[in-house]
Amino acid sequence: MIDVSHLSKRFGGFNALDDVSLRITPGKLVALLGPSGSGKTTLLRILAGLDHADGGAVHLNGLDASSLKTRDRRVGFVFQHYALFRHMSVAENVAFGLKVRKGPDKPSKAEINDRVARLLDLVQLSGLAGRYPSQLSGGQRQRVALARALAVEPRLLLLDEPFGALDAQVRKDLRRWLRQLHDDMGLTSVFVTHDQEEALELADEVVVMSKGRIEQIGTPADIYDNPATPFVFQFLGNANRLEAQVQNGIAQVAHWRVPAPAIADGPALAFIRPHEIEIDPSGNDAVIRHQVILGPTVRLDLHLPGGAHAEAVIDRDSHARLGLEPGRQVGLGARRVVVFAAP
Amino acid sequence: MSAKSVRVIPGFSATLGLTIGYLSLVVLIPLAALILKAAGMTAQQWLDTLTDARVLASFRLSFGGAAIAALINGVFGLLVAWVLVRYPFPGRKLIDAFIDLPFALPTAVAGIALTALYAPNGWIGQLLPFKVAFTPLGAIIAMIFIGVPFVVRTVEPVLQDVDSELEEAAACLGASRVQTFLRVILPSIAPALLTGISLAFARAVGEYGSIIFIAGNLPGVSEIAPLLIVTKLEQYDYVGATAIACLMLAVSFAMLLAINMLQKWNRQRLGGLS
Amino acid sequence: MSRAATRDPILVRWLLIAVAVSFLALFLVLPLAAVLTEALRKGADAYWRSLGGDDTLASIRLTLLVAGIAVPLNLAFGLAASWAIAKFDFAGKAWLISFIDLPFSVSPVISGLIYVLLFGAQSALGPWLIEHDVKIVFAVPGIVLATIFVTFPFVARELIPLMEEQGRDEEEAALTLGAGGLRTFWAITLPNVKWGLLYGVLLCNARAMGEFGAVSVVSGHIRGLTNTMPLHVEILYNEYDFVGAFAVASLLALLALVTLGAKTTLEWWHRDELAAAGRH
Repeated sequence: MIDVSHLSKRFGGFNALDDVSLRITPGKLVALLGPSGSGKTTLLRILAGLDHADGGAVHLNGLDASSLKTRDRRVGFVFQHYALFRHMSVAENVAFGLKVRKGPDKPSKAEINDRVARLLDLVQLSGLAGRYPSQLSGGQRQRVALARALAVEPRLLLLDEPFGALDAQVRKDLRRWLRQLHDDMGLTSVFVTHDQEEALELADEVVVMSKGRIEQIGTPADIYDNPATPFVFQFLGNANRLEAQVQNGIAQVAHWRVPAPAIADGPALAFIRPHEIEIDPSGNDAVIRHQVILGPTVRLDLHLPGGAHAEAVIDRDSHARLGLEPGRQVGLGARRVVVFAAP
Repeated sequence: MSAKSVRVIPGFSATLGLTIGYLSLVVLIPLAALILKAAGMTAQQWLDTLTDARVLASFRLSFGGAAIAALINGVFGLLVAWVLVRYPFPGRKLIDAFIDLPFALPTAVAGIALTALYAPNGWIGQLLPFKVAFTPLGAIIAMIFIGVPFVVRTVEPVLQDVDSELEEAAACLGASRVQTFLRVILPSIAPALLTGISLAFARAVGEYGSIIFIAGNLPGVSEIAPLLIVTKLEQYDYVGATAIACLMLAVSFAMLLAINMLQKWNRQRLGGLS
Repeated sequence: MSRAATRDPILVRWLLIAVAVSFLALFLVLPLAAVLTEALRKGADAYWRSLGGDDTLASIRLTLLVAGIAVPLNLAFGLAASWAIAKFDFAGKAWLISFIDLPFSVSPVISGLIYVLLFGAQSALGPWLIEHDVKIVFAVPGIVLATIFVTFPFVARELIPLMEEQGRDEEEAALTLGAGGLRTFWAITLPNVKWGLLYGVLLCNARAMGEFGAVSVVSGHIRGLTNTMPLHVEILYNEYDFVGAFAVASLLALLALVTLGAKTTLEWWHRDELAAAGRH
C-alpha cells in the first residue's frame, strides 16, 4: 500500500506539486496522466526518493518514506531514456543491483548469473547478454532497463514515460507485453504518460494531473465516461467546447436543452465529443462548412447559429448514405452533452 | 562519384602550399635533421650513450618522476575537476580560471618561484622535516606543477556530461554513493582521466625550465634527461645529445599513439548512445 | 535543481572542496605569491632599479622582437592552415593535422637541439654559414626559429576545429553572391572566428615570450645580445641577484596573469564562438 498525503513541491516560483494526495492499491497498474508540467514526473521521482517534497508525506506500507534513502526503498525505476550504463554489457547492467548489495543480502555469483539469465529470458533478450547498450535498438534498451529494475525485486515499479522514446509500432507491441508482464508478476506499478490512449489502454487506474494538482482518479472507463472537470474531458480525446446558459437546472447549449441539476443558474460550459454528434439530413440546426475525409471516417466542420463552431465525426458509410456535402443544412443530435459550471 | 569534387571555394592550392611549405621549413626539416643525425650513428655509439650510468639515471628521474607526478595529478586533478563541476561554492569560477596558470606562466618563473618556496628557508621548505629543493623530490614538485591543468581540463567536460540519471538509476538499484562513483562514474570518465594522465606524463618527461632550478642537477641523482642533452651539447657531444633526444621522442610518440588508440577504442565501444 | 539522490552529504562536499582548494593554493597560488614577495623583498626602489638595468631592458627588447616576429608568422600560418584544412577535403588531412600538433609533444630542449644540429658549426650547413658570416645558432635568428617551433601549433589548433564547425555554407553563399575569395575571407570567415583567433594569438604570445628551454639551447647566453627575459631571469638568479631575477620574473608573471584574465574573459563572453577543442 502506498499512501501519498498532501505532497507539495516548488521549483523556484513554479508549483510542481500542489497538495497532492493519492492511495495506490497493491498489485495495480496505475497511470499518471497529464500534459508536460503537470507534476506527474515530479510525483514519480518523489516516490522513488530521487527528489524531496517540500511538504506532505509518502508512506510505503505504513512506513514514512522520508526516513528511507533512495537505495533502501527497493523501488524499481525505469527512466525515460533508460539511463543504461554504457560501459556495461546487458547482463552486467541487469546484475548491477545485485552486485552492489553488501553483507548477507549479497547473492552468490551463481545466484546472480541465474537471476540475470531468468530476467533476460523474461524480457526476451537471452541472446543479447553480452551486447553493449549502444548495440541495441530502442525497444531492446527499454526491456534491458526493465529487467535491470526488476532484478532487485522491487516492491514498487516506477516507469517514466516508458514508451516515449519509441516509434509507434514498437510502442504498441511493448505496451501489450508490459501489461502481460504486470499481470504475470502482480507487481504494483506506476507509470507516467502524456498519452491518454496509452493510459486508457494499459492502466487499471488513471490519475489525471494538471498544474501540479490531481484532477481525477478513476478506472479508464470511469474517467472517460464521467469526467470530473473540463480539463479531464478535454484531455481525454477531442471535444467541442460550447457556451451554455443554465436556468432552473436546465442548460441551453446551442439548440440542445440538457438537464444540469447540480449547476447554478447563469453561464456554464458544455462539452460534446465529435463522434457523439448525430447528423440528421432533414434538420436545420447547422450548416456544413467543410469536410475532411480521414480514412474510415469523415470530419465535418459545422457552423452553428449564433456564430459557434463544432466538429462532428461520422463513418464513411453514413456520410455517403446521407449524401452530405459542404453548404448543406443538417439537423444535429447529441448522444451525450456534459455541462460544467463556468470556471 | 568522382574522387575529385569541384572546389567552389578559392584558395586551396595557395593555402595548402603555404601550410605544407611552412610546416616543412619550421618543423619537418629540422626534425629530419635529428633523425638523419641519429641514422648516421653506429650501434656502438648508441650503446655507449644509452648504457651510460649517468644517462640511465637521468632517464630514471625523468620517466619515473614524471610517472609519479602524473599519478599525483591524476588523483588531485580528478578531485579538483569533481569539485569544480559538482559543487557550487564562492570563488569557483576564479579558481577554474586559475587552473591554466602553468600553461601561461613561463617555466623559468615557475622554476625559481618553486625553488624559493621549497628551499630549506622557504615558506614551505622550512615547515618540512626533509629536503625538497635540490633533490629528486624537487623535480617531482615542478613536474606536478606543470601537469596540473592536463588532468583537470580533460576530465572536466566529460564529468559535466555524465548524465545524472545514471547516478539516480544506480541509487534506485541500491548502490551507495561510493559504489556509484566507483562502478558507474569512474568507468565513464576513465578514458578521459587516462588521457589527462598521459598528457601530464608526456609534458613532465620533456620539461626543462621549471625543473632545473629546483632539482639541484646533481649528475646521477637529480639530473633530468633534457638537462643532460643541454650538458652534452655544451660539451660538443652531439652524438650523445641526439641519442637521448631520439629516445625521448620515441617514448612521447608512443604515448601519443597510445592516447589516440585509447580514445578511438573508447568511441567504438560506447558508440553513439546518448 | 535539487536531485536528492545524487547529492553528497554536506560534510563530504566541504571536505573535498577544502582538499581541492588546498592543493591548488599549494601548487598555483603560492608560487605566484612567492614571485611578488621575492621581487619586493628589498623594497620598491630596488625593484625598479633592477628593472631599469641595461641588460634587463635589452632582454625585454629582444623578447618583444622575438614575439613580434614569431606570433605574426604563426598567425598567418594558422589562418592558411585552418582555411585549407577546414574548407577543403583532401587526402592526408589527418596526417597534416598530426604534424601541426607535433611541436607540442616535443621537449623544448629537443626543439632547440634540432636547430643546433641543422645550423650549428658542426652541421653540414655549418662551414657554408661561417664562410658567408651568417649567424643563426647562438644568435637572434636561432632564438626566433626555436620560438616559432614551440609556438607553431597554437593559432592553427584553435582555428581548425572552429572553422570546421562553422562549415562552408556561408562562404559558398558569399561566393554565389559575387564576392571574391579574399573578400569572402575578410567579410565572412574572419568575423566568425575572430574570438577564437584572438584566443589562439594570446596563448601563442604568452608562450613565445615565456619560452625557456628551446631558446636556452640556441641562445648562447650573451648578455645584452641574445638573452630573452626568461634567460635573463636565469642568469640573474645564477648570479645570486635574486631581487633582479624575481623582478624580471614578476613582469613575466604579470604577462601570464593578463593572458589568463583575457583568456577567461573570452571564455565567459564568447564561449559559443570558441572551439571546444584544443585548449592547451
